[in-house]
Amino acid sequence: MKRHLVSAADLSRDDALLILDTAEELAQLSGRAVKKLPTLRGRTVVNLFFEDSTRTKTSFEVAEKRLSADVINFSAKGSSVSKGESLKDTALTLQAMGADAVVIRHHASGAAARLAGSDWLHGSVINAGDGTHEHPTQALLDAFTMRRHLNPGLGRDLAGRKVAIVGDILHSRVARSNVHLLTTLGAEVTFVAPPTLLPIGIETWPCQVSYDLDAVLPKVDAVMMLRVQRERMNAAFFPTEREYSRRYGLDGLRLATMPEHAIVMHPGPMVRGMEITADVADSPRCTVVEQVANGVSVRMAVLYLLLGGATMADAPRTTEALEAAQ
Amino acid sequence: MTTYLIRNAQILGGAPQDIHLVDGVFAAIGENLDVRADIELDATGLVALPGLVDLHTHLREPGREDAETVLTGTRSAAMGGYTAVHAMANTFPVADTAGVVEQVWRLGQEYGYCDVQPVGAVTVGLEGKQLAELGAMHDSAAGVRVFSDDGKCVDDAVIMRRALEYVKAFDGVVAQHAQEPRLTAGAQMNEGLVSGELGLGGWPAVAEESIIARDVLLAAHVGSRVHICHLSTAGSVEIVRWAKGKGWNVTAEVTPHHLLLTDELVRSYDPVYKVNPPLRTAADVEALRAALADGTIDAVATDHAPHPAEDKECEWAVAAMGMVGLETALSVVQQTMVDTGLLNWEGVADRMSHRPARIGRLAGHGRPISVGEPANLVLFDPAYRGVVNPETFATRSRNSPYRGMDLPGRVHATFLRGEATVLAGELVEH
Repeated sequence: MKRHLVSAADLSRDDALLILDTAEELAQLSGRAVKKLPTLRGRTVVNLFFEDSTRTKTSFEVAEKRLSADVINFSAKGSSVSKGESLKDTALTLQAMGADAVVIRHHASGAAARLAGSDWLHGSVINAGDGTHEHPTQALLDAFTMRRHLNPGLGRDLAGRKVAIVGDILHSRVARSNVHLLTTLGAEVTFVAPPTLLPIGIETWPCQVSYDLDAVLPKVDAVMMLRVQRERMNAAFFPTEREYSRRYGLDGLRLATMPEHAIVMHPGPMVRGMEITADVADSPRCTVVEQVANGVSVRMAVLYLLLGGATMADAPRTTEALEAAQ
Repeated sequence: MTTYLIRNAQILGGAPQDIHLVDGVFAAIGENLDVRADIELDATGLVALPGLVDLHTHLREPGREDAETVLTGTRSAAMGGYTAVHAMANTFPVADTAGVVEQVWRLGQEYGYCDVQPVGAVTVGLEGKQLAELGAMHDSAAGVRVFSDDGKCVDDAVIMRRALEYVKAFDGVVAQHAQEPRLTAGAQMNEGLVSGELGLGGWPAVAEESIIARDVLLAAHVGSRVHICHLSTAGSVEIVRWAKGKGWNVTAEVTPHHLLLTDELVRSYDPVYKVNPPLRTAADVEALRAALADGTIDAVATDHAPHPAEDKECEWAVAAMGMVGLETALSVVQQTMVDTGLLNWEGVADRMSHRPARIGRLAGHGRPISVGEPANLVLFDPAYRGVVNPETFATRSRNSPYRGMDLPGRVHATFLRGEATVLAGELVEH
């Protein structure tokens, strides 16, 4: 595994399985009274958020604290150049403060890659979402959730599992990271969206494309609904909210056409009544809340593997071993 | 005035000949010339070309002297083998009045490294709404003949039509930055496979091609001439080829970077590759080379666009667009056109000197290397191989996409009306 986690495309199948397996071990902690491990004691992790994101930031912060890292939250909302300090100067500042890892969320695609590729700082860079590019830890927690439901067990992948990702693919970093990771793990991905919300060149991506949600649903093992921002309507991506919802929203009737074992996923935040109706969002087949819990375990695993000093090959396989390694 | 005798230069790549430079003109050309000169140069192995003419240079002065000045920009031009550059109008203030264009022109004359021919803005403030005083800029000492809102497209069809008509009165030309603004709102790179993967806003080829199609039709309709700046797509080539086939007065330029680089480089998210129009695909590069070779594209123009470090050391989305190019242009053309067999040195002289001078109506440039003609000359060493190091450039900025690349050839000497501006690869201080 590389020193940074910028793109899900950088993860080999072995890397991805190691993260998922490590996360599975770490997830056992959350059932204990004392949820903390001393693994990252004395290490400094900075959450550098240029964009509001309560859920992702909180998830990382919980993960960091459970590993006993020193956590610094560095909020830098707004455009870095027009409103103040440049990304470079911010990075130099964090470097001077001794950051061992920087978790970055940025509105510009490529911001995490820019940090990782620069000599501005020496610690690990973890991409917590860059513009409309990638969000690799979201894909990891999605894969983790799918594996638990569809092929549970350490060392297992998602071979042959059918996953539909529905909605605003064009602007979605979640979709981009998921198509890389799920494909690496052997799943078959289908994007479902109106043609306006698919990127040019989609036919070369390692996935199927459909404009017809009803044709896809009876065959899926998991369907992932993406948030659709209402303002897209103003740029003529679709005519009205109601039309979008009718053609691409998941309601109870559509849910009933899915196989019984199939799960409904959403990276949040949901727009109820738009891409998902309330009854589906609240149904037991919807894993939204579970995904949030799994996010903490997966982010702990990423931090542990990037910062814990373990290489992928010799990483401990159990929580006991994790503790013994200290 | 210093006289020069250049020994054994290969004029346009031909057999070695001697060239005698006296009083600003070629006094004699031939084998084993028996003449005297203040300075004698051995040009064995060097190709002699007419001084290069750039149709598209951003000198940044007035307003952005932190990026470039007329002095540093013309020194950079001389190092690249240029004897004339067209200075684009998107300065601060905009070159939309006789006063600004005269100032820029005079600075060029004063420094003496390279003739500076200012380009006038088509519309006031480059805002695309009201015609600038095109006649006043033409009548000024700067004698402006090329008008462009470069950086912005003259997207209003009526304004474009009027501008094309109006400049006929003084044999002017409108140089269009072809970019349909609505199709490129928020655009960050070429729209294609790579933009989709990188999640960067797309700049589709059709946004360039639709404007070119409109403008060649407009130019034909009003009987004027239009020049297409930095043509970047295979589709644009087809439209220009079609228009030329109709006999319409259309010319086009291509930049060195669009002849060599592709949008695959954007995968690094390094804004040194951010440029407008954006780097396109390998298929576009191939079409552009073929079009330059067959003359559909008339000229290589650098679109030299200096930017200070802070405007490139940042996230892709907020970085400035543009690349410096004056000092690497001839090397890139050698690599992409000459070493590939697409163009010989005579062709290079045509596309980088004769035709751009003709488009800009520069009487004293782009002339043949023959006795009595103005002694604008570049001696180029095509055998040289070296790694590009922008820290050694004469331009004030360092935003070169060729940093670290092996490029062939280098300028050995440049002469502007018989005076050396570059000798032995070094600027002549004066």
